[in-house]
Amino acid sequence: MLDISGLCVSYGESRIINDLNMRIGENEIVAIVGRNGMGKTTLMKSLVGMHPSSAGSIRLDERDLAPLQSYQRVRAGIGFVPQGRMIFSTMTVRENIETGLSASGEKRIPEHLYELFPVLKDMRSRRGGNLSGGQQQQLAIARALAGRPKVLLLDEPTEGIQPSIIHELARTLRRIRDEHGLSIIVSEQVLSFVLDVADRVLVMEKGVLVHEAERAAIDEQVIAGFLSV
Amino acid sequence: MFADYSAAELTSIFAMQGFAGLSLFSVFVLMALGLAIIFGQMGVINMAHGEFMILGAYVTWLTSGFFSSHLPGLFAAYFPVAILLAFLASALLGGAVEWLLIRHLYKRPLDTLLATWGLSLILQQAYRSIFGAREVGVRMPDWMMGSYAITDMIEVPINGLFVMGISLLTALGVYLLMYRSTWGRKVRAVVQNRPMAGAVGINTQQVDRVTFALGCGIAGIAGSAFTMIGSTGPTAGQLYIVDTFLVVVFGGAQSLLGTIASAFTISQAQSTMEFFLSGSMAKVYTLLVVVGILMVRPQGLFASRIRH
Repeated sequence: MLDISGLCVSYGESRIINDLNMRIGENEIVAIVGRNGMGKTTLMKSLVGMHPSSAGSIRLDERDLAPLQSYQRVRAGIGFVPQGRMIFSTMTVRENIETGLSASGEKRIPEHLYELFPVLKDMRSRRGGNLSGGQQQQLAIARALAGRPKVLLLDEPTEGIQPSIIHELARTLRRIRDEHGLSIIVSEQVLSFVLDVADRVLVMEKGVLVHEAERAAIDEQVIAGFLSV
Repeated sequence: MFADYSAAELTSIFAMQGFAGLSLFSVFVLMALGLAIIFGQMGVINMAHGEFMILGAYVTWLTSGFFSSHLPGLFAAYFPVAILLAFLASALLGGAVEWLLIRHLYKRPLDTLLATWGLSLILQQAYRSIFGAREVGVRMPDWMMGSYAITDMIEVPINGLFVMGISLLTALGVYLLMYRSTWGRKVRAVVQNRPMAGAVGINTQQVDRVTFALGCGIAGIAGSAFTMIGSTGPTAGQLYIVDTFLVVVFGGAQSLLGTIASAFTISQAQSTMEFFLSGSMAKVYTLLVVVGILMVRPQGLFASRIRH
């Protein structure tokens, strides 16, 4: 499915991600955990093309995305929900979702997105900037799904969201995976959410993956150890 | 300064000067629209915007010349054709300039200021070489000359009304394009957050090129309107660029309605005061008021309120 090999990403002289290799299978939910500044966001941005990679390949179904620009990667099947959500705040909820249609070339918002997030249908004429944090998060996910991605990337989706909604978010992500048959990569710091949602956990430290565990074999203590300062 | 006039005279003066200001208003609206679209979209301040307008004016002049020598029977109908050609010529030049020059400088916004200023000098010299240094005047078809007499003292110039109609139609067209079309949705997404727009699948470079061309094309329409109020010369565009910046800033960048309101206020204030004062004093007072208002409301007349 998604096959990343030898990926290097730098900001100027400082190399943030060094020779990273990982593979995500069909219908798999992978969580990348790590403390702040360990390279999670940089990895996400480089996968979607918002930040260029200096070496390595990102293969999605055998097609190398590394030389492509953001919009081409999205059209090839990447969906991105960034940290801080970055919805278009002066545009209405409906228009926000419609921007995502640029990738799929469809004209109308698929009805199942509203089924997934009924609150967005009620608020479709409101401006995105006037939604609450949790609603904005749903909007950002709906916008990414409108492009019918094969791989959905979410960068710290629980940031700034109440604990009760975090649990629901995990359920929603699993539902999206089951209904749409896509793979999900989520970067996180909230351990309970990770245990809720992930099939596999990767721990990132200083731009390198240092630990990997399948769902059945996740040792909470070990991962909590990596996350504590 | 009003003491020398009777109340009836004053009413007529204000009305007449108000209508006389309509052509100026039209030029301001069109110029500011183009400038605001380009600035909002890519943060480029197009110093050559006045020259794109003058290109439109020259195209209008050429079209009127062509019609009067080759199609004299259709001379009455040349103006709409001229507007269309002016739009196309300026838009094509704009698209080419974006491709050759501007797109290489998006990461260096200050350099685009210099580059477009240089472009304006190049274009001015090109006009001088091609069309000559002397100003040219466009002959209007008979139906656009003259004026309606509303009362004994108030007359409304027909060409002013016509040009205003065109600019309001253009503004309406831009509004529909920006707020009701797929393309406009993409533009607004890029304006809000360029990297994110790319990450939802929008080809931002293509949007940039079309937007720049559209902004320049609207300046071309402004050039057609301009032939009604001034004579076309190589450097005539420069006189309008500062006023246009003023209109954009005063109206609140990114607000279509604000741009129109601000163009109306400034052109009417200028036109009315010019009757009583000299042209430059009228400008001084207009500037003072605009600066004063901007100190109180730096975001301009109209700014949208949302939570960020």
